[in-house]
Amino acid sequence: MNAFGLLLRREIALAWGRGGGPLLALGFYAAAVVMLPLALGPEPARLAAVSTGAAWVLLALSSLLSLERLFERDFEDGALDLLSLGPLPLEAVAAAKSLAQWLIAGAPLALAAPVAAIALGARPALAGLILVTAALGGLAFAFLGGTGAALALAGRRGGLLVAVIVLPLLTPPVIFGGAALDRLALGLPWLGPLALLAGYAAAAAALCPFAMAGACRNALG
Amino acid sequence: MIRHLQIQGLAARRGERTLFSGFNLGLATGEAAALTGANGVGKTTLLRIVAGLVQPDAGLVTFTSSEGALDAAEARAGACHLLGHQDGLKGARLAEEELEFQVRWTGGTAKSARAAAERLGLTRLLRLPVRVLSAGQRRRLALARLLASPRQLWLLDEPLSPLDAASRSLFGEVMAEHLAGGGLILAAVHDPLPVTAREARLGA
Repeated sequence: MNAFGLLLRREIALAWGRGGGPLLALGFYAAAVVMLPLALGPEPARLAAVSTGAAWVLLALSSLLSLERLFERDFEDGALDLLSLGPLPLEAVAAAKSLAQWLIAGAPLALAAPVAAIALGARPALAGLILVTAALGGLAFAFLGGTGAALALAGRRGGLLVAVIVLPLLTPPVIFGGAALDRLALGLPWLGPLALLAGYAAAAAALCPFAMAGACRNALG
Repeated sequence: MIRHLQIQGLAARRGERTLFSGFNLGLATGEAAALTGANGVGKTTLLRIVAGLVQPDAGLVTFTSSEGALDAAEARAGACHLLGHQDGLKGARLAEEELEFQVRWTGGTAKSARAAAERLGLTRLLRLPVRVLSAGQRRRLALARLLASPRQLWLLDEPLSPLDAASRSLFGEVMAEHLAGGGLILAAVHDPLPVTAREARLGA
């Protein structure tokens, strides 16, 4: 097995154990979706109108939960030193960590998103697009959140920094994904916003590893 | 193959405070150097500079092979072990999982990891989570990686401190073999190393 596969397997095992693994994000997501009707009132028409948008925004927030500590543990216990002296550059290490995070937290959330939206009253016909949007968006969230987590290493009050840096970067994918779902619900062409979302996710996956590696080197030095 | 490690005019600072400056050291294959000095004088920082994790304030670290200068990043990623207080072992995982990952990540195999564990008397402990190991057992687990993945330059930060007498002399044998096989060792220590080593003193 090559070095990337070796690292990915370990990161998946670690992400599985970190803060409850996928259960934490899924639990938070389920709780938020259940609370929404309690706050908005039970009228089906009102809930159905916001169902896709709410399911989508709550997913964005849920996927950030376990991201904050993506690098912190490795930084504190010296694993980041070891990872820096391995066969892969830190950029690839950062990509493997984000990818593992997506597989463990992002993918289960993407599977849960259509269920959540339909439970709130969305039409079942939207389920396919919700799944695709959530999977693509989750990929962007994992890489952007990882960048925030890496930048937070060097500073105190890292958590605050993650929120301030990452939340603005999360707005474009939230807008693109929401627009695609809206348009499908209204019977309009929806491929444009989805393509923008896919492009954004691809750009995040391609560029964020460089930012993460730079931030990690800075924190180590 | 690293033939020679040369440290020239190295200076480092932490914040406003200069830790050390003008530090020189040459190390050839088969040689060990014991880096000594009071607490806080910058021994760990020096090792991290040699490993490329910290940028020095001034000075150069160069690696040469028989064919000439080596690319420093390549030499570090392929031929350098750094073992410090923080061993990177995850408490929740099994000792064998952690050892196997560390060994394979640094260029060894699952088989060599097993052999190293046996040599250091860890076989019985491999099925335990890292968090239940004692400090000395944990250090032996970290040291097993040096034995299992063939890398020439060992940068060790207080490698012996939590070890008992038997483990110390065992690790002394391991270090002597590593040097005999063409290795280089730079170790920050307070007690003398169990192998013949030049002393390099840091600070006044």
